Amino acid sequence: MTTRSFGSGIRRREDPRLITGKAPYTDDIKLPGMVHAAILRSPHAHANIKSIDTSAAASQPGVVAVYTGADTDGVLAGMPCAWLIPGSDLKTPEHPAIAKDRVRYVGDAVAVVVAGTRYEAEDALEHIEVEYETLGVVINPKAAAQPGAAQLHDDVENNIAFTWAVAGGDADAAFAAADVTVSDTITLPRLIANPMEPRSAVASYMAAMGELTLWSTSQNPHIARFLTSVVTGVPEHKIRVIAPEVGGGFGSKIPYYPDEAITAFCAMKLGVPVKWTETRSENYLATTQGRDHVEEVEMAATSDGTITGLRTTVYAGMGAYLSTAAPGVPTILHGLMYSGAYNIPNISGTIYGVFNNGTPVDAYRGAGRPEATTLIERLVDLTAAALDMDPAEFRRKNLIPKFENGHDVATGIIYDSGDYELTLNTCLANADYEGLRAAQAAARAEGRLVGIGMATWVEICGLGPSQVAGAVGFQGGLWESAIVRFHPTGKVNVMVGSSPHGQGEETTFAQIVSEELGVPVEDVEIIHGDTDNTPMGWGTYGSRTTVVSGGAIAFASRKIKEKSKELAAHLLEAAVEDIEYDDGRFFVRGSDDQAKTIQDIALMANVAWSMPEGMEPGLEASAFYDPPNFTYPFGTHLAVVEVNAETGHIDLQNYWAVDDCGVQINPMIVEGQVHGGVVQGVGPALWEGVVYDDNGQPLTGTMQDYALPRADLLPDINVASTTTPSPHHPLGLKGVGEAGTIAATPTVYNAVMDALRPLGVNRVDMPLTPEKVWRAINDAKNGG
Amino acid sequence: MSVPVEITINGRVFSGEVEPRQLLVHFIRENAGLTGTKVGCDTSQCGTCTVQLDGAIAKSCTVLAVQASGSTVNTIEGLSDGVDLHPLQEAFWNKHGLQCGFCTPGMIMASEELLRNNPSPSREEIRHALEGNICRCTGYQNIVSAVEEAAGAMGGS
Repeated sequence: MTTRSFGSGIRRREDPRLITGKAPYTDDIKLPGMVHAAILRSPHAHANIKSIDTSAAASQPGVVAVYTGADTDGVLAGMPCAWLIPGSDLKTPEHPAIAKDRVRYVGDAVAVVVAGTRYEAEDALEHIEVEYETLGVVINPKAAAQPGAAQLHDDVENNIAFTWAVAGGDADAAFAAADVTVSDTITLPRLIANPMEPRSAVASYMAAMGELTLWSTSQNPHIARFLTSVVTGVPEHKIRVIAPEVGGGFGSKIPYYPDEAITAFCAMKLGVPVKWTETRSENYLATTQGRDHVEEVEMAATSDGTITGLRTTVYAGMGAYLSTAAPGVPTILHGLMYSGAYNIPNISGTIYGVFNNGTPVDAYRGAGRPEATTLIERLVDLTAAALDMDPAEFRRKNLIPKFENGHDVATGIIYDSGDYELTLNTCLANADYEGLRAAQAAARAEGRLVGIGMATWVEICGLGPSQVAGAVGFQGGLWESAIVRFHPTGKVNVMVGSSPHGQGEETTFAQIVSEELGVPVEDVEIIHGDTDNTPMGWGTYGSRTTVVSGGAIAFASRKIKEKSKELAAHLLEAAVEDIEYDDGRFFVRGSDDQAKTIQDIALMANVAWSMPEGMEPGLEASAFYDPPNFTYPFGTHLAVVEVNAETGHIDLQNYWAVDDCGVQINPMIVEGQVHGGVVQGVGPALWEGVVYDDNGQPLTGTMQDYALPRADLLPDINVASTTTPSPHHPLGLKGVGEAGTIAATPTVYNAVMDALRPLGVNRVDMPLTPEKVWRAINDAKNGG
Repeated sequence: MSVPVEITINGRVFSGEVEPRQLLVHFIRENAGLTGTKVGCDTSQCGTCTVQLDGAIAKSCTVLAVQASGSTVNTIEGLSDGVDLHPLQEAFWNKHGLQCGFCTPGMIMASEELLRNNPSPSREEIRHALEGNICRCTGYQNIVSAVEEAAGAMGGS
C-alpha cells in the first residue's frame, strides 16, 4: 500500500486548530502579571517636536510608566535598514524607534504608555501634551524628488535615498531606430497589505538571566531575533522569538518595527511582561505599505511587431524612513525583471528611491514585480495597439521561446525554465479568446464598453542564492535549513527555520517527507516559528518557503535514506550496494519479502542495539539548502470587464488564470494561492489605494475608507496550470505565493483600458474608481 | 464605575463586573477566555469578531458587554467539541476555505446563520451573505465552495 500523497490536493494538516478557534495568535497570549502598552503617534505628517509633557499621563489610573524617545537614548539603537543596495549612493538616515525631535509621517511613534489594561493605556495617551511645530509636507514621490520640495532628512538632498540603474543592450539606439514608440505614465497606488490579523508583540524579560522572549507577528522570527539583538543589545543567544499562529502577512510582517523594539524596551525596563497590539487604524498608519510608484515608461518596436527596447524612469516612494528591506524592492526585485516574458534586447531604467511624508513602504506581496509587470504589460498593449496588432498575437510574437535550462535576458539575470507560449495558448483556449473578441465586437456595436485584458508574465522567486543576496546588498543569507528527526516509533518531526503563516507548508512539507521516505503524511509534524526549537532560517516571503525550505527538507530526507540503507544492509546482512528502496521499504535486491521498513530502521537506529561499525545512533539529519539560482514561475491571465458608461462602474465579469509554478506538491493549495493572489492583484486595479491630503493626512484611515475586495464584488476565477519544472531545484519547484498578485493588476487594468479604447481613453490612474472612470469617459466624450 | 453583567456564552454563564464601555468582544476574549473570536478592525468592517447574539450574527466589536447582558452568545468554540466537527468546519477544511485562519471563526459563524435562514443558497447568495466578512487570503472562492458543500451536507442542496 502506498503512502504517497505528493502531487495530490490533500486537506491541510494545520486546519483543525484553525477551524475550531483553538489556534493561539500573538494577541491571544496572556502571561501572569502582563501589562499593556499603547503608543502615541504623531498627528502631523512633518513637524518638529518642541516639547513633550508626560506628567499628567503618568498619574492616570492604572498607568505603570510613560516613556518618550529620550528614555531610549543609549538603550535602543536606531531601526536598521537591511538591504543596502550597492552602486546607488544609498543614504540611510537615522530612524529612532521613538521619534526624538522630529516626526516625519502621521503615525510616527512619539511616546508609549504602559498600564494595567489596554483601555487604561489608551486613555492615558490623551493626557500626553506634545507641542509641535509643523513643517512642509510632500507626498507624491516624483514631486518629493524635485528641488524645492519639503526636505525630510537634512542630509538627503531632494529626498533621494538612492538612485539605481539597470541597463542592457543599447536602449537609446533602439529607440532612435524604432518604427514605433509608445510612452505612458503609470501610477501604482500606495497599498495597505491588510493581513486580517493586526500586528502584535508580547515581550517578557528575565533580568536574572538576561533573557528576552518576544512573541511576535513575524514572517521571519530568526531575522526578528537577529534585529532585536541589534536594536536592544540583548545577545542573540539570549533572545527567543516566537511567531505563534500568524494571521497573514503579505510582506507587512517581514520588517523589524519600532513597535516590537518599544515593547521589548518596556518589558526590560519594567521587569514584567508587556503586550502591544495595534488597532486597525494604527495598522493603517504604522505598518509598512507597498508600491507607491510613479513610472514614466516607453517601449520601442519595429513595424513587424518586434519589441526592441524599454526605457523607464521610476520614482518609488519610500515613506519617511527606509524600512528593513525597502531599498531592494523597487530595484533588485523590480528593475531586473524588465525583460518580462519577452526578448527585449535593449533596456534602460533609472529608479529613484524617494523619501516622502508617508508610512514607510516595504515589501508587499509581489514586491517590485507587480510594479514591473504592470508597466511592461501596459506598454505591450499600447505597442500592439500602435501597430494595430491583436495583443495576444503581439505577445506570442515576442515571448521568449520554450527553454528548459537557462535563458539570459538583457538585465543580466538567467531565467531557469519556461514555456510561456504554452500558458498563453492554454489561457486563450480556456477563455475562448476568439469567442470573447466576437462577443466584444457585438457589444461594442451596441455601444457597450466591454474590455478584454491579459498579461503574460514571469516573476523572480525562490529567493535565493546567498552569494547573489550578498552581491546585491541584502544583509543576510537566503538559504534555509531543516532537521528531519525520526522518533523510535517511526513518527517524524521536521524543524524548519522559515515560518509559514497561512501558506499550508505544514502539509506540503509533510508531503515532501512522505514522498522521500515513504512515511504516511499524518506521521510527520512540522515545527516552525520558534527560534529556540528550530534551526536558522531567513523567513517566509518572496515565494521562497516551499522552494527553499522544501529543498532543505528533501536533502535532509535523502541523507536519512542513505543512512537507512546502510543500516538496512547491516541488519539484513547484505552489502549496501544490494539494498533497494521502494516506498518506505529497504530490501535486498530480488528478495523484497525480507524488507525493513523505514519504521523498523527508525526503531533500530534509535535503540542502537546493532549498528554498523562507525555509525552514529539515531535517525536524524539536517540539511542547509542554498539555491543555485532563483526560480522563475510564469503564466498568462485574462480578464473580461464591462464598464458602465453612465456611472463609471466596472464589472469584473470573468477571469482566467494559467500558472506554471513548476512541480506542484499540493494542487489544492496552489489553486488557493492563485485565488487569493489574483484578488489581491485586482484590488489596486479597481479599488485599493491610500489617499493622503496635501498635509499628509491619510484619508483612508480605516477599513471604511480603504476599499478592500469583498466576496460580493468578485466572480469565480477559472484556474488552470502547466508544469515546467525548475531545472536546478531538487523537486522541480518554483513557488506560487505571489503569482496571482503580480499578474492580476495589469490584466484587469488592460481589460478596462481595452473597454475604454473606442472612446480614445488610454490611461486612467489606478485604482479605477467609478468617479475617475466616469470623468475619463466624459472628458473623452467632450473632446477632452 | 463598574456594572454587573451576566452573559451565557456557548451554554456557560459568565458573570462579572465590567466598565460600561467594555466591548463584547473583549468580554468574550478576556473575561471568558475564548480567543477564537478575533479583533481585526475598529470599525465593524472586517467581521473577524462575528458571533451569534441570541441566534443572530453580530459584530462583537460593536456591541457593549452591558448590552449583551442576559443574552446568549455563541462563538466558534461552541460550534463543536473540536473532535466531531460541525459540517461547516468540515467543509471549510475539505474545500481549503481558509489559509491563515484569522477570519475563519467569523466566516463560519456568519455562514452558520446563512444556512439556518437559507439552507440552499446559490453561490451569489453566499457571496452576498459574506460581504461583511473580509478575508485577505483566499479570494473567497473556496469559502463559497465550502458553504455550498456544508449546505449539501446539512440537507440543503
